[in-house]
Amino acid sequence: MVSDSTQVITDSLSTAHASGGNDTSWLMHHVMDAKVLDFEPFGTIHLPQLHLFGLDISITKHVVFLWLAAIILILIFNKVAKSYKKSLTPSGITNFMEVLIVFVRDEIVKPTIGKGHEKFLPYLLTVFFFILTCNFLGLLPYGSTATSNIAVTATLAIISFIVIQVGGMMQNGVFGYFKGLIPHGVPIWLLPIMGVVEILGLFTKPFALAIRLFANMTAGHIVILALLGLIFILKTFFVAPVSIAFALFIYLLEILVALIQAYIFTMLSSLFIGMAVHQDH
Amino acid sequence: MYYSLLAFVFTSGESSGSLLDVNPGLIFWTVITFALLMFILMKMAWKPILSSLNEREQSIKDSLEKAEQARSEAEKVVRENQANLAIAEEEAQKIIAQGREYSEKLKEQMLKESKAQAAKQIEEAKAEISRKNQEALNELKEQVVNLAIEASEKIIRESLDKEKQKLIVEKYLKDLANN
Repeated sequence: MVSDSTQVITDSLSTAHASGGNDTSWLMHHVMDAKVLDFEPFGTIHLPQLHLFGLDISITKHVVFLWLAAIILILIFNKVAKSYKKSLTPSGITNFMEVLIVFVRDEIVKPTIGKGHEKFLPYLLTVFFFILTCNFLGLLPYGSTATSNIAVTATLAIISFIVIQVGGMMQNGVFGYFKGLIPHGVPIWLLPIMGVVEILGLFTKPFALAIRLFANMTAGHIVILALLGLIFILKTFFVAPVSIAFALFIYLLEILVALIQAYIFTMLSSLFIGMAVHQDH
Repeated sequence: MYYSLLAFVFTSGESSGSLLDVNPGLIFWTVITFALLMFILMKMAWKPILSSLNEREQSIKDSLEKAEQARSEAEKVVRENQANLAIAEEEAQKIIAQGREYSEKLKEQMLKESKAQAAKQIEEAKAEISRKNQEALNELKEQVVNLAIEASEKIIRESLDKEKQKLIVEKYLKDLANN
């Protein structure tokens, strides 16, 4: 698999050209995770391979970009937090970040969770900015979207799932939480079915979160690559302006999608937390 | 768990790299990265930033409240001032009216007094005049009487000769003898 991908990396576009557009591996290579950071045409960086208890925990491209996102966030918010110590009046980057923080707090978390939203605010803020940064990193040249990997989105969704359940149980008690899952006034003979449905519903929520983020972040890249690939598939330069124009349009759309998906993930997580915490409605 | 199941379903068909491949290492790193990031940001960023935001919002709210309070106080003061002004004006009007009334009264009184004095003086003058008249009349009377007496004396001296005197004395004597 390693040799396979490195071979693909050597010159993905020429492969596409050579195979007459039948081979999609060059496209997949741009979207998928890899064990190297490629900076064509300047070369590639091979990442260290690690194993822990028989588990392959090699550093991959997406891991690097997760870290990059984390480092960027820590640097930015370190600066922002320090600027508040100097004065309560925001300026520069603090101003911009404050808009986002206040947006998450007042437009997402407060209306959906309501009372007691302060407890979940750090988690939801972290999720929002982490996903946002990962999404945007994928739009940079040589960048890669960690959030277009199902493993990453699934993990984020599982963390959300845990926060939702734990939040609900801490508020209502373990027994009270499961009792509250079933709506009031349901006929007794329906209880077994309702129980199954509601338990299934608990799992479909994070599943939808994971798939939505993954699909949205992957789709844009695939569309851009497919549009650019048209040039090689049709083997003509004349399609290039059209391809580039459309690719540019999709790229701009992706900026919007990057924002929207970070918002949606946070919004839905917050909504589910709110539903778990305040079960009575 | 259903993710791994899902991954199994999707990867079973394809041997090499699928989009839906779930790499356990990546899950591991995502958990570690996210947990660390959240921990660091919570300690370093969210707590101070959110508390600063709250503090600022509180201070803004306080200042607004204070401003509102100050405004209402100022309004109150203005209203009080206006009321005071109105009272002062009323007072002034009253004082002016009083002054006017007083002066009017004073004028009247003075007029009356002067009239009375004038009347008194006229009265006195009249009395004086009548007194003087009386005096003059009396003097005139006296003089007339004196003149009459003198004249009568002269007349009497002229007409009373010896026989007449003898006659009169005899008459008196006769009267005496009769009585």
